[in-house]
Amino acid sequence: MSVTRPPSPARKATRAGAPQAPQDPAVRPVRRGDLDSIVALDARVTGLEKRAYWGSLYRRYGASMRAERQFLVADAGGRVVGFIIGEVRDWEFGAAPCGWVFAIDVHPDARLAGTGARLLAAICAGFRRAGVAKVRTMLSRDNNLVLSFFRSQGMMTGPFIPLEMDLDALPRDPAAGPAR
Amino acid sequence: MKLQKNTRLALFSVLEFATDPTRHISAAEIADKYGVSPHHLAKVLSELARAGLVESARGVGGGYRFTGNARRLTLMDVIEMFEDFAPPEDDRREPGERTPVGQALGAVLSEIDEIAKATFRSITLATMLRLLERQQRSAAAIRRGAPAP
Repeated sequence: MSVTRPPSPARKATRAGAPQAPQDPAVRPVRRGDLDSIVALDARVTGLEKRAYWGSLYRRYGASMRAERQFLVADAGGRVVGFIIGEVRDWEFGAAPCGWVFAIDVHPDARLAGTGARLLAAICAGFRRAGVAKVRTMLSRDNNLVLSFFRSQGMMTGPFIPLEMDLDALPRDPAAGPAR
Repeated sequence: MKLQKNTRLALFSVLEFATDPTRHISAAEIADKYGVSPHHLAKVLSELARAGLVESARGVGGGYRFTGNARRLTLMDVIEMFEDFAPPEDDRREPGERTPVGQALGAVLSEIDEIAKATFRSITLATMLRLLERQQRSAAAIRRGAPAP
């Protein structure tokens, strides 16, 4: 569940002639009526319309009414121009609970106006209210745009290192019996 | 990843210039601040000027000033001007690199390099200047005996 995508500031080129969103969109909790805009915004970037997926995220994060889960949108005069989703996670290996951002997106026409920064600031304020002192995220090291955005907001490499391996590289589980 | 001296000088210089793009700074001032020879620095600055990142002005009050875009230019953009990331030719390989142990060690070193490159690519000069500002604020707060911001 990681749909972090370029929010705004560090793009190499600006979109000449792109219509400007009204200044200072307000950040507020998501409403069910925002889902169409969010699905469309996501589809614009990914090329896939994932209505069921976003409905599920809305139920778990938007309608949960729990301080630990946040699904916020940037509302520019009634038009949803961006969103951010995150939650407080308790981690293993001795780490204290922290805020975790796992999705952020801003409409291409509303980028380079500080919308991503406002969304991140709002979710961080929520994390603070929920009692945590750190915010973290994880994304592909090839995702330079979003990495640059988080960096521009003051985030730095944390003390945890993500590790992975191909399961095919493991010896088969002897308890699973012979391969068919 | 160890950066060469010229690369570090280039990073020091662009960050000095980008701090105030309206100000002309002499090569001597930067050389003095970072303890390097002005002659050595001049070569680096002319490379930066060729790339359009700085421009020079002669005469009294002359020097160099930043002409790049601090919100777009990343540390990697500057580093790539001075470092060669191409794999070494066969005759420049270190002894033992082709052995199984050498290849396994190479895979680990390459993993570290890829993370370093991704980090450099994700940090713009504007982000670096903000980081610098934060560090200076923290240091000032510590000097005053106040909790760091």
